[in-house]
Amino acid sequence: MDLYLLSPEISLLATALAVILLDLFVKEKWILGWVSVTGVIVSAIFALSLWGRVETSFGGALAVDQFSIFFSLLFLGIAALILISSTEYSRKFAAFRAEYYALVLLATTGMMLLASTRELISIFVALELTGISLYVLAGFLKDAKSSEAGLKYLLLGAVASAVLLYGMALVYGLTGTTYLDEIAAAISSQGILGSPALLMGIVLLVAGFGFKIAAVPFQMWVPDVYEGAPTPVTAYLSVASKAAGFAVILRIFYEALGPASLDWGMIFAVLAAITMTIGNIVALTQKNIKRMLAYSSIAQAGYIMIGLAAFTAEASSAIMFFLACYALTNLGAFIAIIAISNKINSDEIADYSGMVRRAPLFALALALCLISLTGIPPTAGFMAKIYIFSAGVNADLLWLVIIAVINSVISAYYYLRVVRVMFLGEPLSEERVHASSGLRIALAITCLGVLLLGIYPWILMKYSEIAAITFLP
Amino acid sequence: MPNIAVWAIFLLPFLSFLIIGLILRPFFNNRPMLSAYTTIIAIAGSLILSIWALIAVNGAENHVLTDVSYQWLSIGDLVINIGITMDSLAAIMVVTVSTISLLVQIYSIGYMKGDGGFARYFAFMSLFTGSMLGLVMANNLLFLFLFWEGVGLCSYLLIGFWFHKPSAARAAMKAFLVTRIGDFGFLVAVIFLYVKTGTFDIGELHELALAGVLGGTTLTLAAIGIFSGAVGKSGQFPLHTWLPDAMEGPTPVSALIHAATMVTAGVYLIARMFPMIASSETAITVVAIIGGFTAIFAASMGLVATDIKRVLAFSTISQLGYMMLGMGAVGMGYASGAIDEHHAMALGVAVAIFHLFTHAFFKALLFLGSGSVSHATGTFDMRKMGGLRKIQPWTYATFLIGSLSLAGIWPLAGFWSKEGILHEANAYAPVLFWLAMITVFMTAFYMFRAVFLTFHGEYRGGEEGSHGHGLHESPKIIIIPLVILAVFAVIAGWLPVGDFLGADVHFSFFGALTSWLAWVSLIFGFAGILLAYAIYGRKLLSAESIGKSLGPIYTLLIRKYFIDELYERIFLMRFLVDGVFVVLGWIDAHIVDGAVNGVAMVTMTGGKVMRRLETGQLQVYGLAIFVGILAIVAFLFMFN
Repeated sequence: MDLYLLSPEISLLATALAVILLDLFVKEKWILGWVSVTGVIVSAIFALSLWGRVETSFGGALAVDQFSIFFSLLFLGIAALILISSTEYSRKFAAFRAEYYALVLLATTGMMLLASTRELISIFVALELTGISLYVLAGFLKDAKSSEAGLKYLLLGAVASAVLLYGMALVYGLTGTTYLDEIAAAISSQGILGSPALLMGIVLLVAGFGFKIAAVPFQMWVPDVYEGAPTPVTAYLSVASKAAGFAVILRIFYEALGPASLDWGMIFAVLAAITMTIGNIVALTQKNIKRMLAYSSIAQAGYIMIGLAAFTAEASSAIMFFLACYALTNLGAFIAIIAISNKINSDEIADYSGMVRRAPLFALALALCLISLTGIPPTAGFMAKIYIFSAGVNADLLWLVIIAVINSVISAYYYLRVVRVMFLGEPLSEERVHASSGLRIALAITCLGVLLLGIYPWILMKYSEIAAITFLP
Repeated sequence: MPNIAVWAIFLLPFLSFLIIGLILRPFFNNRPMLSAYTTIIAIAGSLILSIWALIAVNGAENHVLTDVSYQWLSIGDLVINIGITMDSLAAIMVVTVSTISLLVQIYSIGYMKGDGGFARYFAFMSLFTGSMLGLVMANNLLFLFLFWEGVGLCSYLLIGFWFHKPSAARAAMKAFLVTRIGDFGFLVAVIFLYVKTGTFDIGELHELALAGVLGGTTLTLAAIGIFSGAVGKSGQFPLHTWLPDAMEGPTPVSALIHAATMVTAGVYLIARMFPMIASSETAITVVAIIGGFTAIFAASMGLVATDIKRVLAFSTISQLGYMMLGMGAVGMGYASGAIDEHHAMALGVAVAIFHLFTHAFFKALLFLGSGSVSHATGTFDMRKMGGLRKIQPWTYATFLIGSLSLAGIWPLAGFWSKEGILHEANAYAPVLFWLAMITVFMTAFYMFRAVFLTFHGEYRGGEEGSHGHGLHESPKIIIIPLVILAVFAVIAGWLPVGDFLGADVHFSFFGALTSWLAWVSLIFGFAGILLAYAIYGRKLLSAESIGKSLGPIYTLLIRKYFIDELYERIFLMRFLVDGVFVVLGWIDAHIVDGAVNGVAMVTMTGGKVMRRLETGQLQVYGLAIFVGILAIVAFLFMFN
């Protein structure tokens, strides 16, 4: 048992505990934020040092491979950006800053474990570690909307967990093991393939994880929670939680349930089509930018699910690449929104009118991110879509890709409407919008990333390609 | 020479663009000179590296210093590389481009002084130069096309630099749209070639074409598609109409466009693709005919233009026609079997690029000279000038050298490169050769018409309202580049460019005068000069009475064969400018808005229905999860 394999998670956990302890002694609370960021960076350094090793530990329950490192780094990157951009926002709950930072770190730890466990019980524990931290974060503000968001998220999350656990139990009952590789072996050798019980197990797993990634029809919590939660938490939920969901789905379905791919491939394909269509269509009518982005994130999950349906190494790589691009883009959009909303105290799209004259840089950055979400070159979103669509076509899912392309066109309407309001509308006031340097730094990083991946995607694609083949047959 | 230094040749100006755009203009807008210095340092760096590359190429095996590609992205089977090559052709081009650009930038400090857009101007100029340098180094068609469009975009921005002037905005739009027609053909050809061969790599395409794997109609169509791109960029007939109007930009921009960075891109493209294009007899014959025709066609319009910059613009179109003719003639010789492959491939490129090289110097000189003249008189209209010889002796002397060089007078630069083209045309395309000979006469005539009208006789007042500041010679920052360029306009022809490009060209300073061809062209040239002297110098003949006696022809020429009218009033431009707007407007109003509104209507109704489903009630949400599970199960069992 090599504890060094767990060093990224351990260091992050230690940072979380240290932040809570430090809170007792430190007067200058802003230090806590930077301690957290430092912890994230240290953890990332540990993770980087593990790149290239393919090992298992804890009796095969923990796997450290390029796949888990890729996702760990993605989660750490997201966490760092969220922490940096929370420095100003966290004044809203000044007394509980330490807890806020610690919970973000704990949720991140859970996600990293999710990407690296290969055993059902561990996966469930990691999922709950993530989930419980996020429930608390969603209800962190002391207003009615935030409390409602937290409570709804908790109750529905509990339902989803129960469903998931039931599905896991069925799979365990059929195969007699909770280890992913052994499950795969059992399914192919014991003639369970095609049995109704296994199908039921698969459906329940799809439902349980579908809740995490916000796939229709398990998406209903998304708009309410996204709208009510503190904006940085919404940003975190929309990218990290979703990416974690896809990571664990890739692990379980690609590795353990690979032999049954004909069954679940079809489910994901149909859900993908429904998810992107409903996400986009409902987004059209939204007037609140956070709700609009909530539906947009549902639609984006639909695009990513094309990769799940495809079940090829290329598709797996495309999912990882898409998730990274989407994380940068969506974070960028949310950071810009945090900056602007902080000042104008509104999330209504109409109030963004003429924003380019009040906050030129933030408006430009938000426009860039929305263009990337639409999938227009030269942005990361364009490359991500091309990649995942081409993986879909290569896996004979042309019909699904056509639906996705039509959906992309529809989505242009609501994304670009915001751009139009910001650039062509008359400003509602002459007051300039300023923001903290933390937000500026985080926004600059995301926007440069969006452009870099749009112009030179290979810089990341070559790693997602390596990570994708680590556990594929 | 390290690879990074080769890349730096075109990356330095890009870096300068970024520095000006991201740092200097936002934060140091009160110190505009910083932008000029940044540009000049970057381009000087490019020039030094270019000269280094030229020397290194000379010592390299097969004159290929480097040819590297890096994978840019690979999605499925589609692999796109970015890569550069540094061979003799690229080396000559980067040296030419960076030399001319550097001198133009120095001149611009004086010329653009006090302009509100000083920093913006230098930012665009950096981008322009960087794009052109990248264009001549790219080793695959897609990467090349990227820079090709970059050059097009910058020319649009710079021609329309004074965008508050309606004529400038219109000229910029015209340049953009007209060249876009050619670019479309180019892009289609690039994609077509990729579909047929699976590669964008220029070297591989040449191998396929020379081996005969790529041939027949496929090759001809692709070659003509590529040539259409060159026709647009190099202002060849019938897409020449944008170039005379491009005068609306600042004069240094015109100098750069005409000498180094824009119009030469078309000729360069044909030179770079020469082995492939010459493998199709039809395509290379088209190149020769279009080139030969454009040469005389544009020169004839230059005979009557009254705006000095327009005279020069027609001259550029005409000279570019020569270059196309040179390549076309050699290609026709190759196709007929008169020249062997190895010799033909080098010779075609050599004759055209040699003329491009010398032309760059004397044309930049002439443009900057016309700018210096206008600096004093406030106009470009030659009818309002005259007598500037005494007031601007330096401008006069250098302009005279440029004109003699352009007229092809021995032993100036233009003589040598023109001889090369005429020699090949005589050998392989006799009809076009005589057209080219007549063009020599016309060229000499219109250049000296410009010299006499501008610098001799009495001063005719300049632009109204500009009398206040009085006539004066331009400042040193303007004169120095002129003098440097004048030196090159004399000696550039003596440099062994042809040999460097792999063609055995025997240079003999006096020996050149032993061929009949040289004498015929010199006689044609002097005849043109003498006629101009008789009409505009000595006034022995009256320009007006000649104009009247040749009434219809004169009208035809002064109206540029009515081609602009044809395009604008009848179909092309109306279709392009108005049409594009009408079509776009219609599409926007009916299709985009209509479809989007339609889609939005339908979907919003749907959205409202679905939004109603989201009641915010927890029980409903929880129920939905289970209904969803049941639905999936039902779906599955239906299918199994």
